[in-house]
Amino acid sequence: MTWLIEWAGYLPQLMSGLGVSLMIAGVSIVAGYPLGLVLSVMVQHRNLAVRTLGLAVVEIGRGAPALVILYLFYYGLPKFGIAFESITAACLALIWNSAAYSSEIMRAGMQSVARGQHEASAALGLSRGHTFFRVIMPQGMRSAIPGLMGVAIQMFQGTSLAYAIAVPELMKSAYNIGSQDFNYLQIFALAGICYAAISMPATWITVYFEKRLARHT
Amino acid sequence: MDAFSAVLQGLPMTIVLTLSAFAIGIVGAVPLAVGLSSPNVVLRLACRLFVDLVRGVPIIVWLFLLKFGIQVGTFKFNPVGAAIVGLGVVSIAYLAEIYRGGLESVPRGQNEAADALGLTRGTTFLRVLVPQAFRIVSPSIATYLTGLLKDSSIASTIIVAEMVFQSQAFARQHPTMEGILPYVLVGILYIVLSLPVAYLSRSLDARMRKAVYA
Repeated sequence: MTWLIEWAGYLPQLMSGLGVSLMIAGVSIVAGYPLGLVLSVMVQHRNLAVRTLGLAVVEIGRGAPALVILYLFYYGLPKFGIAFESITAACLALIWNSAAYSSEIMRAGMQSVARGQHEASAALGLSRGHTFFRVIMPQGMRSAIPGLMGVAIQMFQGTSLAYAIAVPELMKSAYNIGSQDFNYLQIFALAGICYAAISMPATWITVYFEKRLARHT
Repeated sequence: MDAFSAVLQGLPMTIVLTLSAFAIGIVGAVPLAVGLSSPNVVLRLACRLFVDLVRGVPIIVWLFLLKFGIQVGTFKFNPVGAAIVGLGVVSIAYLAEIYRGGLESVPRGQNEAADALGLTRGTTFLRVLVPQAFRIVSPSIATYLTGLLKDSSIASTIIVAEMVFQSQAFARQHPTMEGILPYVLVGILYIVLSLPVAYLSRSLDARMRKAVYA
């Protein structure tokens, strides 16, 4: 019971942190997915230079830990006179992360579109751009939906890493409260519940979409 | 290359964290995966709730909870212990989900055939279902291992002296342009370290495919 009363007292402070977390996650998704689409096209491009550049951006974004990219933006670049506020650095790092992960899912989705669709478009005399935007992309994106939802959940959880560069998000708010009263167990448990309260239902919805899509293919 | 040798100082700890957590996960996920595909509804839902809860909370929260929140009598986790246990528990949840997917993908007929042959449930599970499921999930397990390697970097936030921690220390001592080097190097090193695992996974996958469809 005493836990519940204490939790109720902590909640307002945590909620403002949760708002920041959700904002960063939102930015990384809204900016990251269109970038991911561009990257997925670059990776499949005929031009070797474009393809290599796309691959490099994707492989670094997926292969290096998000924390390292975060530090690179926040602690590394200022040494070259390029300084960001902590929240901007967090957004940029997570945008890179989400663009890299989403591009792989979109590429897989578009490659899963049957070859006959390409051939039929060519036979109908559609231009390459038309074929991509009106035939391949709409079908490919459909099968990419559950994967993209998964990346969104991963991004929301990834915002917790912004704690390490002192962004006032959920984890940082929890730590601040904890270091005042030293009741770390209660406060981190509550922070965990806040993350889970969003991630768990989101996962269930993703699984539901996965099953629905599987039924139609 | 001072920066590179600084980063390399953290390499053994990164490997220890990754492999210890992986070992915990590989073993601990077995009973959980069995629970996830159990016919008993209560047991199945309890295991499902555990897996979803562990995966629904970011790793950094688990690490802080263990490092700062747990105190039983005089016992407190040291940073390395908290990191290994935290990453280990998270691995258990993720690997159990991978195992479950593998077990479910073995055709029902295999179970029925084993039953018809009079094999015991234990033999059916260990000798019929597990070998076939393993072929299906081995690439996913390898992918998870590379993910775990990257996640071990989060241990730097509870002061475990692994690669990212060492990079931070070097960058703090070198406020000049040189200070960006460890971050670039450590990023490349993570990618290089995951290459052999990815390669192993691909060749394992190719061999297993041949074995299944030959």
